[in-house]
Amino acid sequence: MKIKAVVQNNVVAVKMLIPHPMETGRRKEQNGAIVPAHFITEVTASCNGETVFHAELGPGVSKDPYLSFQFTGGKAGEKMKVSWVDNKGGTETAEEPITAM
Amino acid sequence: MGISRRNFCKTIAGSAVSVAVLAAMPVRLLASWSDKAFAADKLEDAIAAKYGALPIEESTAIQIKAPEIAENGAFVPVTVSTTIPGATNISIFTPANFSPMVASFDVLPRMKPEVSVRIRMAKTANLVVIAQVGGKLYRATREIKVTIGGCGG
Repeated sequence: MKIKAVVQNNVVAVKMLIPHPMETGRRKEQNGAIVPAHFITEVTASCNGETVFHAELGPGVSKDPYLSFQFTGGKAGEKMKVSWVDNKGGTETAEEPITAM
Repeated sequence: MGISRRNFCKTIAGSAVSVAVLAAMPVRLLASWSDKAFAADKLEDAIAAKYGALPIEESTAIQIKAPEIAENGAFVPVTVSTTIPGATNISIFTPANFSPMVASFDVLPRMKPEVSVRIRMAKTANLVVIAQVGGKLYRATREIKVTIGGCGG
């Protein structure tokens, strides 16, 4: 997972790219077998322990989801933590410090 | 009353079960995923499952940034925002897909009511964005033409 958090004028812009197949459960292999659904259901981001972002995703989100949002009150050097869970119980957490513009 | 051997064994067995249940829990602990809304196959059902029977009003205070023509329906870049004060949730729907609900974002106190995401669209259709403000819903709609559908093979 890639996270980029940049602060400018007290507003932190967060961009994230999460490698994930995001299988809808409707796609078929060449032999006709259906690929089981496998997609991220929730993404949560926190800054210094306070949750600033919570998203629910479904199979309608593209493969390798890209998400971006902004929040106020973050400072350079503070820790941006992002975690996700998928419908199979898979999960990943990553941390990245906020950088100044 | 002292602890009899039988009761002691029962207690141990009981706690083993609860540990097993707890181990299966963490996925659900983060928050509750709106499974019914995501499973709904009609736009109206998905909205009702997500928000309940709240009144919906068309709004021009919701902005949808997306290409007029999306060449590849597998990656349609969408930015949604609202200038309505006090919005607590923004969700994206499209009747193009088997599951019309695409994504839902909670607008937490420090967050700006603007998000970007890349979504799939199976065919040319409307993009419907709903913002929740208190007990009211606001809706904006925009058509996106899709050249190659983004679902299936």
